[in-house]
Amino acid sequence: MLSRVLGGGWVLLAMAFAATTLGVAVGSAAGIYAAYVRGRIDGLVMRTVDVLLAFPQIIFALLLVSLVGPKLWLIVLAVGISHLPQVARVLRSATLDLSERDFIKVLELQGMRTHRIITKELLPNLVSPLMVEIGIRLTYSIIIISGLSFLGFGPQPPAANWGTMINTNRVAIVANPWGVVVPALLIALLTIGTNTFTDAVARVTIGLERRTEEAALLESAPT
Amino acid sequence: MGEMPTPLAIPLRGIAANPVGFAKAVPGSASTVLEVRGFEVRLGEHGVAIVTDVSFDVAAGEVLGLVGESGSGKTTIALGLLGHSRRGLAIAAGEVRLNGVDLLSIPARQLRNLRGARVAYVPQDPSAALNPALRIGIQLREALSSHQIEARAIEARLADILGEARLEANVLRRYPHQLSGGQQQRVALAMAFSCRPSLIVLDEPTTGLDVTTQRHVLDSVRSLCCLYDVAAVYVSHDLAVVDGLATTVAVMYAGQLIELGPTAEVFSRPGHPYTRSLLDAVPSPERAHVLQGIPGQPPPPGRRPQGCSFSTRCPWVIERCRMEAPTTQSVGNQQVRCHRASELRGSMERKMLVPTVRPVTSKASLLSVEALDAFYGDSQVLFGVDLTVDTDRCLAVVGESGSGKTTLARCIAGLHSNWKGKLRFDGQELARSARQRPSVALRRIQYIFQNPYTSLNPRHTVEQIVSQQLRQFFEIKAHERAERTRAALESVSLNERYLDLFPDELSGGERQRVAIARALVVEPEMLICDEVTSALDVSVQAVIIEMLRSLQQERHLTMIFITHNLALVRSIGQDIIVLRDGRVVDRGPSEAVLDHSDEAYTRQLMADVPRVEL
Repeated sequence: MLSRVLGGGWVLLAMAFAATTLGVAVGSAAGIYAAYVRGRIDGLVMRTVDVLLAFPQIIFALLLVSLVGPKLWLIVLAVGISHLPQVARVLRSATLDLSERDFIKVLELQGMRTHRIITKELLPNLVSPLMVEIGIRLTYSIIIISGLSFLGFGPQPPAANWGTMINTNRVAIVANPWGVVVPALLIALLTIGTNTFTDAVARVTIGLERRTEEAALLESAPT
Repeated sequence: MGEMPTPLAIPLRGIAANPVGFAKAVPGSASTVLEVRGFEVRLGEHGVAIVTDVSFDVAAGEVLGLVGESGSGKTTIALGLLGHSRRGLAIAAGEVRLNGVDLLSIPARQLRNLRGARVAYVPQDPSAALNPALRIGIQLREALSSHQIEARAIEARLADILGEARLEANVLRRYPHQLSGGQQQRVALAMAFSCRPSLIVLDEPTTGLDVTTQRHVLDSVRSLCCLYDVAAVYVSHDLAVVDGLATTVAVMYAGQLIELGPTAEVFSRPGHPYTRSLLDAVPSPERAHVLQGIPGQPPPPGRRPQGCSFSTRCPWVIERCRMEAPTTQSVGNQQVRCHRASELRGSMERKMLVPTVRPVTSKASLLSVEALDAFYGDSQVLFGVDLTVDTDRCLAVVGESGSGKTTLARCIAGLHSNWKGKLRFDGQELARSARQRPSVALRRIQYIFQNPYTSLNPRHTVEQIVSQQLRQFFEIKAHERAERTRAALESVSLNERYLDLFPDELSGGERQRVAIARALVVEPEMLICDEVTSALDVSVQAVIIEMLRSLQQERHLTMIFITHNLALVRSIGQDIIVLRDGRVVDRGPSEAVLDHSDEAYTRQLMADVPRVEL
């Protein structure tokens, strides 16, 4: 039983990470590029995003999976794609604000190439929204993937999975409540855990690089 | 540790018992409205002292000018006069008595009733202070009705106050964004005066306004204060503004009041070296003098030195200043916190005129602009602008906001590409946008932005920021890059210590110097400076202007210096063009234009420049 619980968790975590990486990487690339270049490309990207947004996340994933069958890579892909629009929108607005700053104009006056401006100059300033996005998307991935497997679209038995375990054990919920409660608790714990973890990472990346003025003030305060 | 918060130099009782009467110096000021005694603000209840031992009086009908560099604690005091402190700060001691009532000890509810009614506040940025979703009329009525004024009385009061603030009745139906900056500020003034307060606190209300608008707003402030016998505290970093308005001036430095007295006397015979230094940094529209910056920065709270807080930057420092914090002493009508006050007062003259001998070069023009029309979308902002900039000379482009001066600079630099006309640089035509220009052309024209807080990438170190520029334009080895970076920083007086710092570890002036170093490191021939000092204190402005002037002469730079401040032109510009609504209305050598122009607009601008009368 324990080995099934742990094994199930491992698969879920791996899938969630893969889906998040896919969603955040593609979504932020599209969002940042659109915001920096503006014009027609911006319009195209954002309208595509709007169309994607029109699909409800879970239904979209269900649709794909029921069409092709419950393949792991397909679930990862479906969940990843469902993250795209939100990530793209958030990163786009963060970049819009940033790309109007004068230090970007300075680089344009140097004739620096667009992709260099994006990777070397804009990206370091987008670390905190990116980290926040990764955190949120990771927790969503966990919830959607376990939801899907609860509905029977996840990894198929005999492979173990928390969502599937809840589903199969719920029949016997009165006789053996732990079969449901443990995987459900684990899902909750994992979700909360990833969230606090990425939050901490975001804080560290902002705070450690440079001391803020206030921190300096407080530090010099006689105690 | 090791550093102690600046000790209270004077026992609170002492000054309360003996309010040396500068207020008395103002004839006819019968009643003291505001009394501040031993006011102190700390970071948290027992943290570092931000502002210590501030005491002053303001009488009815009197304007007190509160001046100092940024970070000196001016705004902290201004807010304290309303019984408020910013988040994280706490009012730790002292009294703020308004008509005898101590605002710091009354209950919050009572204080709230007093605010707006008895004491009003005019913020620095009216566009942020007015609610963008409500019509002006609603906001003004709201201000009145929240203080139990009857409905019928409100309309009458509204009509009065509009007239006094020189606003048309139709502004009532408008939204804030439909008004100009000057009108917005007058609405804020009207709102503040509407409940007939006895004290009004103005926090740099004219910063960011054009000289002409500024003069109108100042006129309104003056006449309103006079009319209603209101006591006013006017916070400003601009000594020239204070000079024309305030009867008394209080100079702040590092959280302390260092000089207090009648404005005319303080400005003509300052008793504190800091006041003298501030005055020397103010550019004069009449005479070109060398602007004396104040080297270094004010010590931040918690790092203030043992002795006099100005001792680290003071040219008149003696040993005693470093050991012992000075107490306030009276010299004439002034109260000065300096050991050497009586000996130094009025004897610190050191103004130097700018050498008028200027390099007379062959009149070869480096840049020529012909019939330049520029557009934002469909609206045209520049109309047929013609100009030439001669090699090695500095052309000042002057105009009010909205005159198109920044657009002109951006067209030349290639940042704004929606224009028609001809741009020639060193005989070659320049493409419309920077993207279409060859790398060489980009290198030869460098642009320095107005706001050093946004022009440096916050995630890069100073070294990365400066050497990045070299990487882009030159194929050179890493060690040579480091060498040139260091040399460029040295030319703007920043030593190696700065290489590894991030922009937010620097002060505004230091950031602007990094921006200048970034431009200079690629050895440009032309420098475009777009209002480079408008975000800086006068003392820092002086340093930057002097630095630019000497760099221009040493390196034979051709310069375009964009500014709204005519007084600065006198110190740096050799030629001048005046822009108005996108058209050139006046041009010529700067002395000729500034002193005896035929153009009425230029003369008007000159007349509106606030100045320190000496």
